[in-house]
Amino acid sequence: MSELLIKNVRIVADGYNEDEVYQLLVSDHKIYKIDKEIKSDTAEVIDGKGYLLMPGLIDMSCKLCEAGFENTSNIITVSHSAVEGGFTSLVCSPKTQPCIDTKSVVEYISSKVKTYSPINFYLYGSITKNCDGTEIAEMGEMISRGVIALSDGGTSIQDASILRHVLMYSKMFDIPVVTRCADKNLCKNGCINKGYYSTKLGLNGCPLEAEETIVARDLILAKYANARIHITKVSTGGSVYHLRGSRKRGINATADTCPQYFTKSECEADNYNTIAKVDPPLRTQDDIDLIIEGLRDGTIDVISSGHTPATIDTKDMEFENASYGISSLETALMVTFTALVKNNDFTPLDIAKKMSENPAKILGLKTKGKIAVGMDADLIIVDDKNAHKINAANFVSRAKYSLYDGEELYGKTLVTICGGEILKKSI
Amino acid sequence: MSFSRKDFISLQDITKDEIHDILETAETMKFVLGQKNKKTPYLNGKSVIILFYERSVRAKLSYELAAQYLGANIVDITVPGVEDRHENINDMGRTIEQMGGDFIICRHPMAGSAKLLAEKVKAGVLNAGDGINEDPSQALLDLMTIKHIKGGFDGLKVTIVGDVMNSRVARSNIWGLLKLGVNVCVVAPPTMIPTHLDKFGVKVYYNLKDAAKNSDVIMSLRLQAEDSYGSRLASFNEYKDYFKVTPEILDYAKPDCIIMHPGSPDRRVEIDSGIIDSDRCITDDQITNGVAIRMALLYLLSMGRRDMDE
Repeated sequence: MSELLIKNVRIVADGYNEDEVYQLLVSDHKIYKIDKEIKSDTAEVIDGKGYLLMPGLIDMSCKLCEAGFENTSNIITVSHSAVEGGFTSLVCSPKTQPCIDTKSVVEYISSKVKTYSPINFYLYGSITKNCDGTEIAEMGEMISRGVIALSDGGTSIQDASILRHVLMYSKMFDIPVVTRCADKNLCKNGCINKGYYSTKLGLNGCPLEAEETIVARDLILAKYANARIHITKVSTGGSVYHLRGSRKRGINATADTCPQYFTKSECEADNYNTIAKVDPPLRTQDDIDLIIEGLRDGTIDVISSGHTPATIDTKDMEFENASYGISSLETALMVTFTALVKNNDFTPLDIAKKMSENPAKILGLKTKGKIAVGMDADLIIVDDKNAHKINAANFVSRAKYSLYDGEELYGKTLVTICGGEILKKSI
Repeated sequence: MSFSRKDFISLQDITKDEIHDILETAETMKFVLGQKNKKTPYLNGKSVIILFYERSVRAKLSYELAAQYLGANIVDITVPGVEDRHENINDMGRTIEQMGGDFIICRHPMAGSAKLLAEKVKAGVLNAGDGINEDPSQALLDLMTIKHIKGGFDGLKVTIVGDVMNSRVARSNIWGLLKLGVNVCVVAPPTMIPTHLDKFGVKVYYNLKDAAKNSDVIMSLRLQAEDSYGSRLASFNEYKDYFKVTPEILDYAKPDCIIMHPGSPDRRVEIDSGIIDSDRCITDDQITNGVAIRMALLYLLSMGRRDMDE
């Protein structure tokens, strides 16, 4: 039985003082013991040198691209960039080719990730067949093969009656329905936020109301269906407002946003910078402030990476033709840590909740998301003391560009451990 | 002379002095256009590629004549299928470069395309319209016309009427006029006005009479095909009731107010027939000035290149 002893770390978990160093023993892929002093003669030792020990991050929104888009990315490259960025569990978009909309596709991709990935992969089953929003997919069949939530990826279901039926039907299985919110007609041809910069650049804009009307609609549908809903990739302040109200009215709704939506605004797209072409688009400083407020008061439960690894050749073209995409797995924690802990009043524990504990709760991953005895040994050691320069050219991901290229950020993952196995060690 | 650039892409990133330089040079070119022998040697031995990704008749003719009067070798290409990623502008630019093109006059249905091309090639790039973003030479010819008639720009009020949202000429005019200290107003149904335009210093109206008050210039824009507007507009029939430039509207403007239009105004909807045929409507001047402006731009770009080469 292999053992791993992690020494001299400040544990980020409820009940632990972040100023004190602890030792943590991993045995049989689980956290076995946490104490001030642990003795073991057989265990492999990692000296944490006083850095933070956080639970491995769980990403609720990331694109795998395999099967069907392997020229962009695949299981191996996505896993490696996840390890680099501190993610030990990924839930992948069902928008593969073919879509994850039948049990056989679920089985196929599950078997591939088991073979090729060192980290935990979970799958979304698509809500509608081919993620096209018209016909409900065989969710029960997919759930029986291991799907842990339902989603149509980046596609928003336009027909309210279909979503209403989906929400009602999903209650049989007690899993969340994850929806992306964008009114197709309102954001027609829009490739950046509709506002000052869309006018300045002469580009069609996607207005805030395209997201907010659908957020409101989805929450209302969830209320009357009395079902669980998770709104993904919240990008506007108005959406936060709707979500906050829904909580007060007892709607069973959760939500996530991505680091770019609380750190970067629409001005990044100036000069037709296609690196800033993301879906949903970057909004305004007001939205950034309101999203941070939503994160602070718990209206937004989760921070996901939103990793969409379009390669640079599909970015190097006319803005309207360029791909939507962001290379985010390797920067998500650093961006979040710097924006919320260093430049704001969040604690590392708040971040661990948003990026590990809450996703685990929402997805029903009972042995993940926290550092406690008996939990899975998915752990990361994070440098909260020193800033590290982002150099996109050195990304493990094939998408070697970043909105944060050249920035000095805190919260770099030094060690990644998944199921007790050391996958990355640069300490 | 402050104009020394490799490319001419937009009126947003150009200075007031540069605009004046171009307008002055265009006056010289206009003089050349009035001569019996219009041929000049400024672009001898140079090649000009007219690269259009959209169908066009008048603009192309204007550019082509401008380049010919300057003595350049001209190739005219119309590329179909801009949606096709294999036909992207970077590859086309590289191809033209390898074939020795000195200037590329580019019209493309996507905003920012000319800027992207300019960053990729050594040839001088002239933006002849990028999506709904800008058509800077078309705006310069409007500025030249205004300057010619009004003598200058200080304190003028220019009112732009119509579909600003879809008009790259309007955008270029707005950026240029604002730089020259002009009081710029737009008037149209709210569905035809780009968002946040007021933040740039433009006054936005929904009522033509209010907007026309004390105007020195009224610029009417060309409407797109009626069915392309969908729910943005009830009908042209209704549009004309509120936004057609009529003698009654001109009563609100200054007595010497001039009426401009980018070409072939719709007499039923955009401008009253009587006005079009009057001497207040100066679309013919605009056409001549268009050639002069394009000659000036090609000339100045070639000078800028020479400076850079030296």
